Amino acid sequence: MEKQWEEMTLEEKQESLFARWISPEGVKFVSPEAEKAYKERTTRFKNALQIKTKPDRVPVLLIPSFAPAYYSGLTPHDVMYNYDKITPAWKKFSLDFQPDSHGGCAVPSPGKFLDILDFKLYKWPGHGVSKDTTYQCIEGEYMRADEYDILINNPLYFFYYIWPSRVFGALEPIATLPHLSCVTEMYGVAFPFIPYGTPPIKAAYQALLEAGDEALKWIQVVGGFDVEMPALGFPAHQAGPTKAPFDVIGDTLRGTKGIMMDMYRQPDKLIEAMEILTPMFIQLGVDAAKNAGNPLIFMPLHKGADGFLSDDQYKKFYWPTLRKVIMGLVDEGCFPFIWAEGGYNSRLEVIRDLPKGKTAWLFDQTNMTKAKEALDGIACVAGNMPMDLLTVGTTQEAIDHTKRLIDTCGKNGGYIMANGAFFDEVRWENLRAIVDTVKEYGVYK
Amino acid sequence: MAEDLVKVLADLKEEEALKIVADRLGADEEPLKILEDARRAMEIVGKRFADGEYFIPDLVYSGEILKGINELVKPKLAGAGETKRVGKIVFGTVAGDIHDIGKNIVVFMLDVNGFEVYDLGVDVPAQAFVDKIKESGAPIVGLSGFLSLAFDSMKETVEAIKAAGLRDKVKIMIGGGQMSDEIKKYTGADAYGQDAMAGVALAAKWSGASE
Repeated sequence: MEKQWEEMTLEEKQESLFARWISPEGVKFVSPEAEKAYKERTTRFKNALQIKTKPDRVPVLLIPSFAPAYYSGLTPHDVMYNYDKITPAWKKFSLDFQPDSHGGCAVPSPGKFLDILDFKLYKWPGHGVSKDTTYQCIEGEYMRADEYDILINNPLYFFYYIWPSRVFGALEPIATLPHLSCVTEMYGVAFPFIPYGTPPIKAAYQALLEAGDEALKWIQVVGGFDVEMPALGFPAHQAGPTKAPFDVIGDTLRGTKGIMMDMYRQPDKLIEAMEILTPMFIQLGVDAAKNAGNPLIFMPLHKGADGFLSDDQYKKFYWPTLRKVIMGLVDEGCFPFIWAEGGYNSRLEVIRDLPKGKTAWLFDQTNMTKAKEALDGIACVAGNMPMDLLTVGTTQEAIDHTKRLIDTCGKNGGYIMANGAFFDEVRWENLRAIVDTVKEYGVYK
Repeated sequence: MAEDLVKVLADLKEEEALKIVADRLGADEEPLKILEDARRAMEIVGKRFADGEYFIPDLVYSGEILKGINELVKPKLAGAGETKRVGKIVFGTVAGDIHDIGKNIVVFMLDVNGFEVYDLGVDVPAQAFVDKIKESGAPIVGLSGFLSLAFDSMKETVEAIKAAGLRDKVKIMIGGGQMSDEIKKYTGADAYGQDAMAGVALAAKWSGASE
């Protein structure tokens, strides 16, 4: 009889998720060739990631932002407001460039959904930035300095009522809604429901219902892509994302300046709040992996990059809860694919403190020779195809850099070629040359 | 007490710094002297940042403490004291890009190093750079950008400066997120600075050369 999940070791859990990924249930491959390609690709990734066996060649994955839209001659606005245009563009991108995986097509969030809820956290094409550019975050203190106790003592209340009322204009009234914890007897049962009869709360809930309809329309398109791509032979390189607790607070709750003030003015509260967020962000990844039958959980890292924090600050504020999230994922069989945006040169020694073969680190601008040296035998390294070469470099420069990366990082396996940062419009011939070079030059003999 | 303020502010001791300022103002001390001490402290902060002892959180926090000091001193200030400035710079995040963390750090470092910085903010159209260069006569321009779309915005800004007949009157530096020497060539700027210190070094070199 098969072992129950709870009885498995973490290795068995990971192997079980990899097995589900390599042999997915219910996928109807379009051809025997597609099925063969799918198996080869997932096996190639697994071998590179686990650093136990050398893969047949270096795997290559692409993480585009709006690049597939631009490649099809569409603007970001086009795909955010016409959901039918998303799948054909993203599919064409994968079929034309033939990377070893796909990353879903959820980059274009549904524009009308954002309009209905009056999303305040970002500017998006046609809404604060021009229709032909990507969306951009608006830094701010969406959580006030004096609200740590609410987040710490009552995180669900914070995320159900306070947070949405700040980042969605249409939901502003819900911050005033009372708890329903007082509804435990017949007497007084109706009191906390009185606000639901008032026009502001009714309008907020009406907006929620309409936004829900819109989200459903969008996912029917976007979700179809996730079914179609494996059938065509392209595995998904992530089941879902999660984040480092420091980034959760520093990116969009307190903002960069806010969290930096808190490091001085209320360091204990900040640390306590990150500890509270830790299990929530482990669960986020674990649920995604189990639902998708794919162990790969992406973790984009932001505010721990070189220069953002001193060594001591990184070790005190950033790394402890990041490591806990990573280990929480690993314990449940997930494979954290950690994307260190910016430079991570000063962190290489610290991040070595991880179990062998349980994580992958995708680097943006880090010195790859040093990264490979530091993580050799500990983790798979990935990335470093630079934006400048993709955007303004010559094709030969892109090819040369690709070969250098394979020589430096690809020795004995444990390397995945990938772009270092999210990309939009690039020199398509360079992108094609990179993928093709990996397929020729990156073969292990 | 002057040394105390310089030391505690440079060491980022907020409460102590504010208390010293309040005490000195209470003793009817000349407000400009207090501001001069604060300026000296910020120079030390800038130096520590350049030396790799301080990082972004420390800079940001020092700025907040300074803001608190200014708020205490301002009501007592009769006329604004003029600080001698070593050079003028027009600075901004280029069109289409709204990122400002990196730009603010460079502007801060230029400021504590004695430069007069005209900070145009974010998403700055090329024409706004041109107008400010004309109006201020600044010989140095700093273009900041985080996104790859900024590559083209920077190129267009440099071209607009050229079209306005100002290209030989200014030196242009670029920096931020995905910038590099390759992108410098692409945009037609004069230099790429990898970090805030590089920006200050370029500005110092250029303002020295232009005098």
